Amino acid sequence: MIHLRYEVDGSDFVSCGKASEDVKRTLKNIGIPSEIIRKIAIAMYEGEVNMVIHANGGLAEVEILPDRITIVLTDTGKGIPDIPKAMEEGFSTATEAIRELGFGAGMGLPNMKNYSDDLKVESRVGEGTKVTMSFIL
Amino acid sequence: MKLKEIAAALAGTPAVEGQEAEITRFYAGDFLSRVMGRAPEGCGWLTVMNNVNVAGVAVLAGIRAIILCEGIQPVRELSERCRQEGIGLITTPLDVYAASVGLYRAGGEA
Ligand SMILES: Nc1ncnc2c1ncn2[C@@H]1O[C@H](COP(=O)(O)OP(=O)(O)O)[C@@H](O)[C@H]1O
Ligand SMILES: [Mg+2]
Repeated sequence: MIHLRYEVDGSDFVSCGKASEDVKRTLKNIGIPSEIIRKIAIAMYEGEVNMVIHANGGLAEVEILPDRITIVLTDTGKGIPDIPKAMEEGFSTATEAIRELGFGAGMGLPNMKNYSDDLKVESRVGEGTKVTMSFIL
Repeated sequence: MKLKEIAAALAGTPAVEGQEAEITRFYAGDFLSRVMGRAPEGCGWLTVMNNVNVAGVAVLAGIRAIILCEGIQPVRELSERCRQEGIGLITTPLDVYAASVGLYRAGGEA
């Protein structure tokens, strides 16, 4: 089993995605098929970006087992008041400044759902959000 | 199409060579999540978005070349990142629509 852990810096949204890129490299090195790596890399990037643009950063943990990969993203940000609403395609609370960078299409959570085999979002307003994604190998 | 052929079809300039690869499919769009949700693996990506995250998204989504439209000159971080990652970067004076037409005429899949 491999366990990876990253502190995601919430102050730098001009160049975020370092954790996802590192995970992508690691999965390539251990020989995971490229179609699966692509799904994991995209889903994790969306989650990583969300922690940066909506929650001031957080923690990303990746557990690699022979038959599955689990990614847990935890933050102590503002939380999500209405999770079903947040899951809707196109729903976004991103600011104009963030949208100008190309983020904030409201497609992050839908992409995470589509690309993972299982997505769980737990959140408490004012306390934070925990996103768990699993991928079957 | 090779990168050089794409550039030629768009009256463009290859700013970063990228890896020698055949690109037949393309995707156009600026919102990064839409690109990651829809762009086919190995494609060329037409956009006007000009920041380093564009290269990051290309890496993660397996995009082979970025085609920066409307004469926009890439910021240094973007071209450097493309160079490091082996992603092609082309600049073209054409807008996204005209560039798409150009690629279609040159043999790109619709
Ligand atoms: N980690 C998070 N902390 C707080 N809010 C979040 C978090 N992740 C998502 N959200 C909320 O859910 C909405 C939808 O997320 P997403 O689908 O990724 O779209 P986008 O990030 O483009 O806004 C966000 O606009 C935000 O309001
Ligand atoms: Mg998002």
